[in-house]
Amino acid sequence: MTMAYALTDSRVMITRCVRRSLRNPEAFFTALMLPIVLMLLFVYVFGGALNTGVHYVDYVVPGLIVLCAGFGAGTTAVAVATDMTNGIVDRFRSMPMRSSAILVGHITASLARNLVATVLVIAVGIGVGWRPTASPARWLAAVGMIVLFVLALSWLAAAAGLLVRSVEAASSITFVFMFLPYVSTAFVPARTMPAALRAFAEHQPFTPIVETMRGLWMGQTSTGVPIGHEAILASSYCLALLVVSAAAASWLFRHRTAA
Amino acid sequence: MPYTVNARGIGKSFGDRQVLCDVNLAVESGTVFALLGPNGAGKTTLVRILATLVRLDTGTATIAGHDLHADPVAIRQSISLTGQQTAVDDLLTGKENLQMMGMLRHLGRHAAAARADELLTAFGLADAADQRAGSYSGGMMRRLDLAISMIERPQLLFLDEPTTGLDPLSRDQVWTTVRDLAAHGVTILLTTQYLEEADALADQIALLDRGRIAAEGTADELKSAIGSEVIRLQFADAAAYDQAVRLLDPIVADGRLCTIEVATDGSVRQLHATLGRLVAAGTPAAKVSIHRPSLDDVFRSVTATGGLAELLADQPELEVTR
Repeated sequence: MTMAYALTDSRVMITRCVRRSLRNPEAFFTALMLPIVLMLLFVYVFGGALNTGVHYVDYVVPGLIVLCAGFGAGTTAVAVATDMTNGIVDRFRSMPMRSSAILVGHITASLARNLVATVLVIAVGIGVGWRPTASPARWLAAVGMIVLFVLALSWLAAAAGLLVRSVEAASSITFVFMFLPYVSTAFVPARTMPAALRAFAEHQPFTPIVETMRGLWMGQTSTGVPIGHEAILASSYCLALLVVSAAAASWLFRHRTAA
Repeated sequence: MPYTVNARGIGKSFGDRQVLCDVNLAVESGTVFALLGPNGAGKTTLVRILATLVRLDTGTATIAGHDLHADPVAIRQSISLTGQQTAVDDLLTGKENLQMMGMLRHLGRHAAAARADELLTAFGLADAADQRAGSYSGGMMRRLDLAISMIERPQLLFLDEPTTGLDPLSRDQVWTTVRDLAAHGVTILLTTQYLEEADALADQIALLDRGRIAAEGTADELKSAIGSEVIRLQFADAAAYDQAVRLLDPIVADGRLCTIEVATDGSVRQLHATLGRLVAAGTPAAKVSIHRPSLDDVFRSVTATGGLAELLADQPELEVTR
């Protein structure tokens, strides 16, 4: 029965978090508008002036996916921090339920929100002329990359939401995740950047993640590094981030609520 | 008489700040027990310890027959906690909140929904069942909070400052609800900073002052501990007031209003003697009134003298634990 209870607890918490996501009009609206507005902005406003060697929409889709995921991470951090600063976690913890279900609910809702945003980026991209050349197997691999990345980022966001003491502080993590992708190959190739910045851009985790998607969809990376190589690097980064963040979030959850 | 809470020697420090020191607490089953104290006295920490949310440093406690160290899970199944912050989900409706909490108590979907409907009616929230809790008034939110606590009738209900921040009307509604629950035999441990609230709701009151129980008893016992009648004297100016403070050893002194309160045994002789000393000193009071001591008087005398212990030394019916 214990196992069945744990499943019930998780299912109830997932329902709660998904409902909360749907009923938070500002965050929901922004999350839906962001992929559309950013796509139009990057393709039609910046795209014409950017020389990436390919049609810009073919270049930028992975970048927009990680950018939207960055925004989503902020939403997740805020959702977790809101729970922690509200009396509701005490109530959950004083009940005979699995408290791990609380984090399971947040992570699952975060994954769902981000995948909706990703689908939107892809749909709008196709609408404005994105033509990926990938086979179904490569599409599946790209989706796998996205899921792994979003999962790792969600746990990191949950850990951040648990670490900070206020909802305002939690929302500032959006800033980090929405700016880090700019200093990678997400929007422009690293070769035009000054040497120091280029070294950072070429070696920071967002680059292999973006290049893996780009390589899988378009047949080649912008860095010239083989897809397989980028994919292994990207998966390693994401797995490491996932393990460390999940451990940190679980530890923080136990200690923040037991104080 | 069986006890639902029996705590001995509870101590807790956060870093080098001692929040609770050697607290003993016994709550008889079926009674309402109030922990009364100012902000920072340690009320919430004590409740959170007894509700298994915070680990204690020293001491032992038995809650609803289960040992706090050995079996916190069994305790969680027997208690319900309504914390200082309202613990409802603002984006879910009243009904969804109750259903969710029912399912987390493993009632099953249909039973949880049925129980939600019963409670919404019982707590006067049926009309607002499908509105989001975030749109509720403070009093409605508290009632929803209490309804959640009653999904499965707990053996012990913790109410941490149930009316803090509520307007008088909402407060009255919460009081009525608490009295209803008590009348149905639920054991309640509530904390409050309002003396009036402890007086109105509790069978037994403990005064918590800087992490220690300063005094414990029924409201009447606590009041009679400082004298059966209180004389309130008002003076025309600060000079007369200052002299009277030196002369009479008041339990409450308010320099702004130039008033003092003096405890007496209620006899004409003592009243006469008190006024006589003022007249003899040339500082007659401008106004005088006599009233039964309020818990306010008790409370202020604790904080004014640094403890009731000295004051109560010859009050055998009162349990003084300092």
